[in-house]
Amino acid sequence: MAVCIAVIAKENYPLYIRSVPTENELKFHYTVHTSLDVVDEKISAMGKALVDQRELYLGLLYPTEDYKVYGYVTNSKVKFVMVVDSSNTALRDNEIRSMFRKLHNSYTDIMCNPFYNPGDRIQSRAFDSMVNSMMMQVC
Amino acid sequence: MEGLTLSEAEQRYYCDLFSYCDTESTKKVASNGRVLELFRAAQLPNDVVMQIMELCGATRLGYFGRSQFYIALKLVAVAQSGLPLRVESLNTVKDLPLPRFVVSKNEQESRHTALYSSDADSSASYSGVIPPPPGRIQVKKGSVSHDAVQQRTSTDQQESTSPVVSPQQSPPTSPHTWRKHNRHPSGGNNERPLAGPGPFWAPFSEAQPGSSTSSDPIWSGHSPPPHQENWDQTTVRTVASATTTNEIRRQSSSYDDPWKITDEQRQYYVNQFKTIQPDLNGFIPGSAAKEFFTKSKLPILELSHIWELSDFDKDGALTLDEFCAAFHLVVARKNGYDLPEKLPESLMPKLIDLEDSTEVGEQTGEVGYSSSPAEAPPSKSPSMPSLNQTWPELNQSSEQWETFSERSSSSQTLTQFDSNIAPADPDTAIVHPVPIRMTPSKIHMQEMELKRTGSDHANPTSPLLVKPPDHPEENKMSSSVKFTSGNTVTDGYSSSDSYTSDPEQIGSTVTRQRSHSGTSPDNTAPPPPPPRPHPSHSRSSSLDMNRSFSVTPGQQQAGVVAYPPAVPPRPQPSQGAGPHVHRPVDAEGLIAHTSTSPQQIPEQPNFADFSQFEAFAVSGVNKEEEDEIETHSEVLQVEKPSDSASSLRVAKADGRVEDKAPANVPTSVGKGTTPLAPPPKPIRRRLKSEDELRPEAEEHTQKTGVIAAVLASQPSIPRSVGKDKKAIQASIRRNKETNTVLARLNSELQQQLKDVLEERISLEVQLEQLRPFSHL
Repeated sequence: MAVCIAVIAKENYPLYIRSVPTENELKFHYTVHTSLDVVDEKISAMGKALVDQRELYLGLLYPTEDYKVYGYVTNSKVKFVMVVDSSNTALRDNEIRSMFRKLHNSYTDIMCNPFYNPGDRIQSRAFDSMVNSMMMQVC
Repeated sequence: MEGLTLSEAEQRYYCDLFSYCDTESTKKVASNGRVLELFRAAQLPNDVVMQIMELCGATRLGYFGRSQFYIALKLVAVAQSGLPLRVESLNTVKDLPLPRFVVSKNEQESRHTALYSSDADSSASYSGVIPPPPGRIQVKKGSVSHDAVQQRTSTDQQESTSPVVSPQQSPPTSPHTWRKHNRHPSGGNNERPLAGPGPFWAPFSEAQPGSSTSSDPIWSGHSPPPHQENWDQTTVRTVASATTTNEIRRQSSSYDDPWKITDEQRQYYVNQFKTIQPDLNGFIPGSAAKEFFTKSKLPILELSHIWELSDFDKDGALTLDEFCAAFHLVVARKNGYDLPEKLPESLMPKLIDLEDSTEVGEQTGEVGYSSSPAEAPPSKSPSMPSLNQTWPELNQSSEQWETFSERSSSSQTLTQFDSNIAPADPDTAIVHPVPIRMTPSKIHMQEMELKRTGSDHANPTSPLLVKPPDHPEENKMSSSVKFTSGNTVTDGYSSSDSYTSDPEQIGSTVTRQRSHSGTSPDNTAPPPPPPRPHPSHSRSSSLDMNRSFSVTPGQQQAGVVAYPPAVPPRPQPSQGAGPHVHRPVDAEGLIAHTSTSPQQIPEQPNFADFSQFEAFAVSGVNKEEEDEIETHSEVLQVEKPSDSASSLRVAKADGRVEDKAPANVPTSVGKGTTPLAPPPKPIRRRLKSEDELRPEAEEHTQKTGVIAAVLASQPSIPRSVGKDKKAIQASIRRNKETNTVLARLNSELQQQLKDVLEERISLEVQLEQLRPFSHL
């Protein structure tokens, strides 16, 4: 269960960002922003050799005492950043991967929509519902 | 809405009306269908009803709550009394007569009384208010036959004035929409109770769903009494004969299922679909659909949502069903209905399996799909059997590849890709980005590697092999050949060694090589294209004639003759036509050739045959050129000239040609590693060498022999026109075989490269894993 999920465009501006509303959302926004640096670092490190062989799932980007930040980047340099509460049940890597996969699938479904212009903010209800299902259930 | 003060009579009346419309007994919401019918009965113009709807807030809310309903009724009264519709008029106008609802109401009443005792009371209460129900009905009945249309139109208009006022943009849909909702006059019934419409529907029913047709007889049985009752509806329904059953169903579900598409609507949608895409089984690409729906002037956000709902398979294109669903949603939205969160069941594309199959079939031919993926599946299919034999995993990956190309669902595609990548298996990681087209020879390489390493590395590449091998046996044979040659593919000599070691294999390898060469040139760029047919010769001139002539002048080409050592065994045995006598000689010669040039010396006895060849040449056989070419191909093997020559001499005509051909083939085979350029030259040289050898006997090396052959061939050129063909063909085969060998080499090297990259990636992964810890 994620605490915050963000979709960042290639130019590093957010296409979609949603967090659990209890906490100060700004903090999560800032966390996502700073994690972009780590993402870029990982991309450049691996990308030098063969971009094709780069894995989409980046793994743990940045752990703090409260939460962990996971990253995933598509071949079109669209980044998915997920902030997960550390106190939460230790999510296995596979679960994180599956969540990113679902995100990616939903993102491609959005892309298939001819009414969506790449670079627009994501306003799809289907995407929202999918993200909501992945977010932590706030008591 | 502002507060509404109603007189007691009004209160009572409205309450009754509300309960009448409250088919679901919710006490809160009046069913839209009933309300619409009511408004239709009010005989108000469309825009007025629209206005009423808006004023009462139902448009905003999407449904008729009690207050909205009361307000609406009041407004109806206001409108019927001719007063302008204003919100203020609700309370200011005094002594407003109760809103009048005509005939349809009565019909409903009568119908209800007949069929539904529940509504009897309410309808009975109305009878007092609404004066001439039966008369109206009578009138209507009488005029049914003639006024059916007019009635219909009037009712249509009334209905069209219902809340579902259709926008002008889609006029055809308006009748549909109101039909959609006004259909419930019979109110929450099954098709059976609505027997009344049956007889009327029967004559008009077109392609009725089976249910309707089946119930027709029942309806006819009930026809008399319900006739009158359902008169109004039937008049309306006659218009939408086909839609009646849908309406009935809809009525049964009435408010529950406002998303059903009537047949007329569907027909309209289909026609619209045809304007975009003539093929009803085809797709409408997303861009065309976008333009089309943008015309409806709905906000992009809503259109986007509609698309999400209707594009069921998420392929970015609309099938007929999807298009109808989308269109229906657009219509509904334009009429004020909120979009559902999920696609209603009635709009879901039916026969999804069929759609999938059609999609699959179409997607392969879909314009939007890239050609290469589309080619991949079909091209793979022939290769599949052969690959299957060697490689079950290949099938899986090829299936994945096919799925990707099919584009049945982008999400599915991604999933599959991800599943490959997610495990972070270096093999799959490498696999993922390597969608290179592999040559058939590479297929063999893969097979070889698979067999050797037993890994899945080559899996991804194998499915990516687009060009199927010409012959399934090729794969096996090539693989076997490769095995025999082991890691010495780079060494053409070794391959030739393998060949020589197995005379039986020789023929097969030769044939294989030939087939490989047939395919490899398609994929391997480096080797020069097969020589083009010379205008004057059927065979490629680039190989033979030019070189033959160029070589003749100088024997410097002896250096080129160096290739001969790699001559593969001659396919003399495969030829069959060749003299058996020579076969052993050939074999010996081949073996000798493959080893070293010195070994060619023993071939010289074969060269002795060249004297015969000379004789043959002198004889005036115009296959000199052929011989040349063939011998050129055999240049690799010094013996070949002798063999070919001997064979030629022996069999003359066809026999010679055949011998030459196979002789040439093995030459080319043996030459695997040598570039194409040399082969032709050696051919010529061989001829010369042949000629030379004849006089020179053992002293000449293969090279000199080749030169001699070439020289000797010179004079015989004019004679060997017929042989040229064979020679050219042989050279072609040789070149192809060379290509194959080179391709094999290439694939092996690439495999090595992949392995190295793998290692690198694994190291990088390890490094990254260690890196986070460094952050802490």
